[in-house]
Amino acid sequence: MTFVKTKIQLSKLQKGDILEVLLTEGEPLTNVPRSAREQGYNVLEVSHVEWLIHKVIIEK
Amino acid sequence: MENSEIISLSQPKDPKKLSIISFSGDFDKLVATFTLATGAAAVGYEVNIFFTFWGLDAIKKKQGRAFVGTGFLPKIFGFFMGGLRSAPVSRLNFLGLSPKIFRYLMRKKNVATLEELVEAAKALEINMYACEMALHILGLQQSDFIHEVKGVLGVTTFLEISEGGRTLFI
Repeated sequence: MTFVKTKIQLSKLQKGDILEVLLTEGEPLTNVPRSAREQGYNVLEVSHVEWLIHKVIIEK
Repeated sequence: MENSEIISLSQPKDPKKLSIISFSGDFDKLVATFTLATGAAAVGYEVNIFFTFWGLDAIKKKQGRAFVGTGFLPKIFGFFMGGLRSAPVSRLNFLGLSPKIFRYLMRKKNVATLEELVEAAKALEINMYACEMALHILGLQQSDFIHEVKGVLGVTTFLEISEGGRTLFI
């Protein structure tokens, strides 16, 4: 569902816009960057924010 | 040779197409339907959902219990069938208490609720269709359903639409 929400937000953006996704450890952390790349988006950064929270920055 | 023929028959020609026959109006099975559908659509699948019988409850405009349909019996039946918000769980429904508990737990655990999944399906432009025969029996028409429902179809048209992809019955 994390990537579903990501995809919906991406669809609202213009080409070149940046989306920052905060997510917890586990399956979404692997799935969101991988699915974004497969869909042709540019994953600029995957970084640890705090405790279990990670950040994925995607360029449309 | 026979084995290879069987294997080739089971391989979809269009691996990025998923069609779901949504028969059940149960809360948990609708969650499964919409989770699969939205997940597949998000990663680029063409997704078609064909709602029939109890599954039609998920796409009614009136999400609670309402006298929808034409004629006395369909209206009464429509009232008891209800809509998305009155969908029971398939086991341990406890007179409608369990769906409320599930919704509470889903929100608490930050998991998409059934209503959010349906909204996601709309946003991802999943192709939703209603079964022509079930509508006829239940005295319903396309205007009784959310406007995202693309059309009212029979079996043969659904088979054409789903051809080449994977099909699930939920």
